[in-house]
Amino acid sequence: MNPEYAGGSLSGAFAALVRRDLLLAFRRRTELLFPVIFLLVVISLFPLGIGPSPQLLARIAPGVIWIAALLATVISLDALFRSDFEDGTLEQFVISGHPLTLIALAKIATHWLVAGLPIVLLSPLLALWMNLPTESLSVMVVTLALGTPILSLIGSIGVGLTISLKRGGQLLSLLVFPLYVPILIIATAAVMAASDGLPYTQFLGLLIAGLITSVTLAPFAAAAALKISLS
Amino acid sequence: MNTNIAVKDKPRKNALVLFIHKLGSPPWFYDFTGKFIPWLWLIFVGLAAWALYLGLVRGPADYLQGESVRIIYLHVPAAWASLLIYASMAVMAFIALVWRIRIVEILAMCSAPIGAAFTIVTLTAGSLWGRPTWGTYWVWDARLTSELVLLFLYLGVIGLYNAIDEPRKAARAACLLAIVGAVNLPIIHYSVKWWNTLHQGSSVSLLGGSSIDASILWPMLIMAFAVKFYYLANLLTRARVRLLEQDLRKGWVKDVVREQRP
Amino acid sequence: MSHLPFIWAAYSIGTVVLLWCAFAPLVRKKSAVRDIRRLIQLEEPARDTDT
Repeated sequence: MNPEYAGGSLSGAFAALVRRDLLLAFRRRTELLFPVIFLLVVISLFPLGIGPSPQLLARIAPGVIWIAALLATVISLDALFRSDFEDGTLEQFVISGHPLTLIALAKIATHWLVAGLPIVLLSPLLALWMNLPTESLSVMVVTLALGTPILSLIGSIGVGLTISLKRGGQLLSLLVFPLYVPILIIATAAVMAASDGLPYTQFLGLLIAGLITSVTLAPFAAAAALKISLS
Repeated sequence: MNTNIAVKDKPRKNALVLFIHKLGSPPWFYDFTGKFIPWLWLIFVGLAAWALYLGLVRGPADYLQGESVRIIYLHVPAAWASLLIYASMAVMAFIALVWRIRIVEILAMCSAPIGAAFTIVTLTAGSLWGRPTWGTYWVWDARLTSELVLLFLYLGVIGLYNAIDEPRKAARAACLLAIVGAVNLPIIHYSVKWWNTLHQGSSVSLLGGSSIDASILWPMLIMAFAVKFYYLANLLTRARVRLLEQDLRKGWVKDVVREQRP
Repeated sequence: MSHLPFIWAAYSIGTVVLLWCAFAPLVRKKSAVRDIRRLIQLEEPARDTDT
């Protein structure tokens, strides 16, 4: 297969795909808001469920916000390849001759821009709701900025594996949540350390290492998963 | 050059290579494994009985942990087995994906329920050990927590395998998931271990700080060895059944069934 | 506290789980063999009338 024939260079294809997916996402603006609204609703349930004590809320804030972010990511993940799989676009991508890994990476990048970035931007508000100390607020935002791309990357493998199933969404959460455990642990530990006035940069380092590792490995695994699902 | 030599050598294949090739053929695999599965069960029962006799009947109670130490003859071998089975599943999954050997796919997938069973045994035995020792059934101890995550990983593989209708596609997808899980497992294990020390100060290890007495160590090691035979026997039994189910319409399956007494 | 009930509970749950895990494939085999028998019976009479 000839990449030139399929229309341009690798980076051109990547950019074109991201642009197309962003355009598609912004055409359905209300759907775009669902994960964000979900996040707000889930977070607001916690004070209602366990009482409004500021100390208690501040104590559980990192965990609650992070778990809500995990849930919101998984809910939005199903849309990652779904429409392209159902209308056959994904098969066209495979035939196009561009490496499937690159296509997967473009899709993941778009997913993060559409579903991950709003969570990061919204997190200061959530942190205020949960009475998180202001000194750890910035750490919270940084862990989410570093962590949510990892969630999208690892999640894409699960989506690739379950895409051929009619109701893959429920199975997806079972597949990816165990893989999210280390990120949850490290990210919440960083925020808690910051709240307690302890050094936290080593945790951010671990998150960066995780981000680099998953950027290099996850697109390949996602592409392999898609290939199996398309076969 | 080299290729010529390879071609010339082909008829006189290495006996081991030939054996592996033969194992790849379903009827041959079915016949061959059928012969020694009963022996594997026998070895397992014999070794397990010996280990339990040494540990439960002859063995003393530990001076630190009292009688509850007797649970470790079940808990520790099951925990080792649950990890070892995951590793063996991941290795077979890798082989299955790279060389696309159907029997290896089946073997990898049949490993998952056995591993999950051992994980459940580990968790129940661990929490029953915890009640008299720690005073609660469940502690978010590093070992128990990572074992719980391991159970979720197993359930994911089993769930994915059963959710996809086409057997070979299901096996390939679940094999890939098993490999992804295997890459993550060490990270999960160490992060959970570290998380535990962060939140609880120190975790109480099942084996205690004390060096293990030989009277406890030997039954445990024998049991751990016995459990491998359980895995092998159970795995081969499961793989044979899968082969029958998948090759329902093939001639060899009909021959196998005809030979059996109704 | 007596430890004995916990030891008994651990070993009996372990035995039940491992026994179930060992016998589950045999149950499946039985139903598979029954299916295959039915298949053979469906095909055999047809072959008999042919020859």
